[in-house]
Amino acid sequence: MKTLRDIWLVFQRHMLLMIRSPLSILLGVSQPVVYLALFAPLLKPALASMGAGSMTAAYRIYVPGMLVALALGGGLYVGFGLLAELSSGVIERARVTPISRVALLLGRSLRDVVTLVIQAAIIIVLAMPLGLFVHIQDLLLAYVLLALITLSSSAISYGIALKVSNPNVLGQVVNNLAQPLMLLSGTLLPLALAPLWLRRVSDWNPFSWAVVGMRALFAGHTGDASVWQSIALLAAVAVLALAWSARLFARSVR
Amino acid sequence: MIETSGLRKSFQTGRRRRTATVDAVSGLDLAVAEGEIFGFLGPNGAGKTTTLRMLATLLQPDGGEAVIAGADLRTEQAAVRRSIGYIAQGGGTWDDVTAREELVMQARMHGIGKAEAQSRATVALDAFDLTEYADRNCRTYSGGQRRRVDIALGVIHRPKVLFLDEPTSGLDPQSRSHMWDEIRRLRAEGMTVFLTTHYLDEADALCDRIAIIDGGGIVAEGTPAALKRSIAGEVVTVGVADAAEKAADVLAEQQCVRSAELRDDGGLRLAVDIGETAMPQIMRALSDAGIELATIELHRPTLDDVFLAKTGRSLRES
Repeated sequence: MKTLRDIWLVFQRHMLLMIRSPLSILLGVSQPVVYLALFAPLLKPALASMGAGSMTAAYRIYVPGMLVALALGGGLYVGFGLLAELSSGVIERARVTPISRVALLLGRSLRDVVTLVIQAAIIIVLAMPLGLFVHIQDLLLAYVLLALITLSSSAISYGIALKVSNPNVLGQVVNNLAQPLMLLSGTLLPLALAPLWLRRVSDWNPFSWAVVGMRALFAGHTGDASVWQSIALLAAVAVLALAWSARLFARSVR
Repeated sequence: MIETSGLRKSFQTGRRRRTATVDAVSGLDLAVAEGEIFGFLGPNGAGKTTTLRMLATLLQPDGGEAVIAGADLRTEQAAVRRSIGYIAQGGGTWDDVTAREELVMQARMHGIGKAEAQSRATVALDAFDLTEYADRNCRTYSGGQRRRVDIALGVIHRPKVLFLDEPTSGLDPQSRSHMWDEIRRLRAEGMTVFLTTHYLDEADALCDRIAIIDGGGIVAEGTPAALKRSIAGEVVTVGVADAAEKAADVLAEQQCVRSAELRDDGGLRLAVDIGETAMPQIMRALSDAGIELATIELHRPTLDDVFLAKTGRSLRES
């Protein structure tokens, strides 16, 4: 109970900070918007291999992939904020209080989820005039999936940040992690174009499963097996990643 | 209120094969009484911050024991945290948040309810002269205002013991004396204050008792006055118009003068126990002997002289 209250407290503080500098949300969404406008039309022929006969169909395949990329890529960079707070002394100030250690991390993770939800909403609304259409229950399930991805990617980022404790090294590590995870999940370029061995490798990438599940939801196939499979898989990944980073955090800040 | 015995901490420095263990704090024995301002004086790197961070539960000691406000530092960290406040050297506030919001947040992190947290924040803002800036973002504050916010944050839950790391480092003289007043006010309210400083005048003027720390260990401990008295008595220098040698003989016979020494420039250097009472006697003795006094000056030892005597070097140089 106390932990929940503490998580809420930390979450509120970070929401306040987010509202005070809304620019970061818009900047985070600017690249996907550019991709939406410029990259997707280029890809239409490539997406034809996945059954995209029209621009509308192409967006229906492209947008869910991009949302996964946003959740994955955006989440992986949140570790910088944690390092900044560690060096500014605000976390040290909290450590001398009886506040739950785990809450200091989970409150941030929740803020990351809210950020993603707002960014995803912006992209979906912008893609609607281009022919994107989703049923409300599919959209809600898609949000669940996106939240799980964000929880995973941000927890991984916090964990790495605590391990390397240097922003420069963190940048390198995150870049080297984000690129293969993105490419091997078919978020930007469809894996249907990939040779077989690459597809087999991508089977081991949970985010690749998430992209398949997201595409099924945006295609209106709520009952598709890939939907519950991806949600279950990502839930497991999120729990593992959160446990790992929370343990690291609790140990490093005692 | 604070008692430590054999507290120690060492760090690994360097990388790979060139690692070395540095004893940051080696076997510290301390006792701080309730309601006192206790100062930890020493040069940078002496182990002041390390000690403070250990006592504030931020750093795990390698060995030794400590009891703070009745709670064991090793086994009852939660109880220690409830009764202490800690203010780091660099403070720690978010830039885009106001002092009022920070105070409410800090109170709530201590488990205080929302309404109570808000009323405590208002009281604290008033007590620390911050009401005028209360609803401005912390990034706009001056150094002195920022430091007052830090202290207000550290005492919002009314701790029994307050740990202050270099409370006035980098402040202008006016903000410093303002800060000293705030710290004295907290003591008057019954708080025990444990602070570190590398300023001699701060240790001298503000602290009831100080420990001089160097190289991870305490080299001297006591009230500033007793420490200064302990190393040497005071010195009176006297200049006379003529007959300096005769003056030296006359003064050497005085009871209050421990030794008289004729310097090359013709002045006299007299070692005395207590300067205030020795000076009138010196003047009277010279006048009785018919020697005209030109100048007389009292030199009191400073804490730097204490530091010099104990460590062989000056604190100003290190």
